[in-house]
Amino acid sequence: MTQMKKHAWVISLAVLLAVLLALTKIIQPGFGASGIESLARAALPFGFATSGMAVVIIAGGIDLSVASMMAVCAVTTAVLMERIAGVPAVIIVLLAGVAMGAINGLLIVLTKVPDIVVTLAMLFVWEGVALLILSSPGGSTADWLQGTIRGSLIFFWLPKAFLIIAMVLALLWWPLQRTKLGLSIYAIGSDELAAFRSGISIGPTKVAAYAICGLFCAFGGLSLAALTGIGEPVPGPYLMASIAAVVLGGVVLGGGKGGLLGPLLAVFVLRIIRTLLTLMAVDPNVTTIVEGVIMVGVVMLGTALTLKGTRK
Amino acid sequence: MSDIPLLDASGVAKNFGAVKALTDAKLTLSKGQVIALMGANGAGKSTFVKILTGALKPTAGRVLIRGQEARVGSPAEAQRSGLVPVYQEPSLIPDLNVADNLTLGNTPVQAFRNWVEELGIESLKLTDMISDLPLATLRILDLARALAAQPDVLLLDEMTAALPTDLVDNVLKTVRKQADAGMGVIYISHRFTEISDLCDNATVLRDGCTVGELPIEPGVEDRAVELMLGAKLALGKRHTGVALRSEGTPQLAARGLASAPKLSDVSFDLFAGEVLGVVALEGQGQDELFDLLAGITPPTGGTLSVDSTVASFNHPSDAIARGITYVPGNRTDALLLQRSVRENIALPFAARVGDWGPLNRSMERDRVNYAIEKLQIDTRAQDEVQRLSGGNQQKVTIARWIAKGVKTLLLFDPTRGIDVRTKRQIYPLVRELAEQGAAVLMYTSELEEIPLACDRCMVIFNGRVVDMIDAKDADEQTLMRAAYGLTEVA
Repeated sequence: MTQMKKHAWVISLAVLLAVLLALTKIIQPGFGASGIESLARAALPFGFATSGMAVVIIAGGIDLSVASMMAVCAVTTAVLMERIAGVPAVIIVLLAGVAMGAINGLLIVLTKVPDIVVTLAMLFVWEGVALLILSSPGGSTADWLQGTIRGSLIFFWLPKAFLIIAMVLALLWWPLQRTKLGLSIYAIGSDELAAFRSGISIGPTKVAAYAICGLFCAFGGLSLAALTGIGEPVPGPYLMASIAAVVLGGVVLGGGKGGLLGPLLAVFVLRIIRTLLTLMAVDPNVTTIVEGVIMVGVVMLGTALTLKGTRK
Repeated sequence: MSDIPLLDASGVAKNFGAVKALTDAKLTLSKGQVIALMGANGAGKSTFVKILTGALKPTAGRVLIRGQEARVGSPAEAQRSGLVPVYQEPSLIPDLNVADNLTLGNTPVQAFRNWVEELGIESLKLTDMISDLPLATLRILDLARALAAQPDVLLLDEMTAALPTDLVDNVLKTVRKQADAGMGVIYISHRFTEISDLCDNATVLRDGCTVGELPIEPGVEDRAVELMLGAKLALGKRHTGVALRSEGTPQLAARGLASAPKLSDVSFDLFAGEVLGVVALEGQGQDELFDLLAGITPPTGGTLSVDSTVASFNHPSDAIARGITYVPGNRTDALLLQRSVRENIALPFAARVGDWGPLNRSMERDRVNYAIEKLQIDTRAQDEVQRLSGGNQQKVTIARWIAKGVKTLLLFDPTRGIDVRTKRQIYPLVRELAEQGAAVLMYTSELEEIPLACDRCMVIFNGRVVDMIDAKDADEQTLMRAAYGLTEVA
């Protein structure tokens, strides 16, 4: 019963996604495997930004510097891969992401300045760092990296980009949720005082949550570099988009509730709405209005349903 | 070996800035002993508890656990040295289920289940979400979790406040049994009956000092009350109770007001021209009562009449429209801290619903000046209210209603945390408001204020009115006994 309630949001999002996919197919009968593939590919950096954001929001915080961290990782990838093409470059980028996230977390914990202020400042700092590494778009990415996200697997309905997101969920997030660290992240977001009294070390848990966010941003940066083939130092539109997907994905701003599956589904929902509106030849200037209205509508509906559930 | 006490705290002091919350607290707990930690509101109980459990670091003094200097810098460290607390509010994570909470606290599951059963909760599933469970169950889970950690010292802070009687009995029985088996227990409660059932000794705090250690025996209540009160600074002339204006219709009449789960049955009449005091220990339902009267939360039972017509408030503005003004206990809730003294005092003029037009500056200025003079508010730092002292801030919250004129005034602990001089200025103000025809309901955590400012007072214990006392009979002994529910038996 409680399990049902817990998953209701995710299930409804999946249903919504299926409906939207069907609608796209009706409007554009040619929409098929390649359409889904490009949709998944475009969604990849959004997916990683959203995952990182979801983790810190679950921990009761917020990180406004996700897009800047992704930019740092993207340019680092492009610069490194001109010299070392192989896996070491990827590992260095991932470590850089973790380090940036950990620095965000440490600053918040040590200075006791609110997270929103610290990460707003770090948004500019990491943006500057990215420009220092590469002042204009350039560098190059190894072909094998680009190959990991392009195309589909033998079952042509399964894009590689989609598989990568699924693997991150399965190999990184689900195991983490089953550790004491994972529980602690939920705990500090849910009720920091109660968590403290349960013997949880609040500071290190917070730093870990931000470091995980940084790790996801590194994946996001890698996927950006792989998508474009170069490094772009100016941050993309990933900050607001990730917060939107997190909220739509059933994670409560304020912390303690939700997971990664919902926000990731929400990323696809938001992307496909965009595709759909383009297909329907809606004025691009109206598109963002429609997206905003849909978000408000879905979140309000969800809140209304949850409230009804608790009153019983 | 048995000479070494389990817990030995002495000379414990704690300053918060210039405020001395504790000056010389001590407590000795031996194996198998249950000690009641007692003290009036503000005596330093909760600060002492936080120091013992590692949530706060003491400014001075030492805490020995089993004769060893203990370094309890955090709750986790306190638990490792064998001291496990159960706090007043649940400390389980609301968004996780029971099993996850146990994992987080490293609680052995089987032991936990056994305790839960022994304490009388039968239908608990480990997959239940904490946020779905009722408060009473959560208190029991907190206790079960603490017991499962097999502590040497168990600290229970107002553990039974939210429990129904059958669960209270289970708790007392279980704790007593554990103490007989060698556990040391510190028990904090406002309920004398529980203390005399369970405890061996009482340690009494007053003004941050341990003022007595008493064995629990018949008649200990009077001695404890005496110790808790001590000799207090005289606060000013006693108000010699005006003739009760109980004729005519009451301005505010409550009948069986309830707000589940804290407030169960409150009835009173409040007449124009009188100050009715409310006396209650912490958490007896007074917060809920004031929230009800101010329209912040709707009642779960009972009726409220204003000028003999039934009133039901859905929003604070409804209460304000019926002439009810609420001054909350937390000054920062009532003031616009970044704005000037004048703006704050004039706010009620500007805040009439549906009137967002230009301000009437001259009328405003006259009345604000009158109020500032009347209250002797120090206006040197008048640009931002947050730079005023606490006492001056409090005066601003009251000044506003003097300037505006008020029909029914609800004052929640108006003198909390302010100095004696300012307090002396505030009582006559409250009296003056009443003499101008206002009806004032005033909760205060300081009993000696009752005879100074009130005509009569009602005592709330455990969510119901247990006594109504005239100011002339309201000495502190009587009030304290009533507040502890001791008159209920008589």
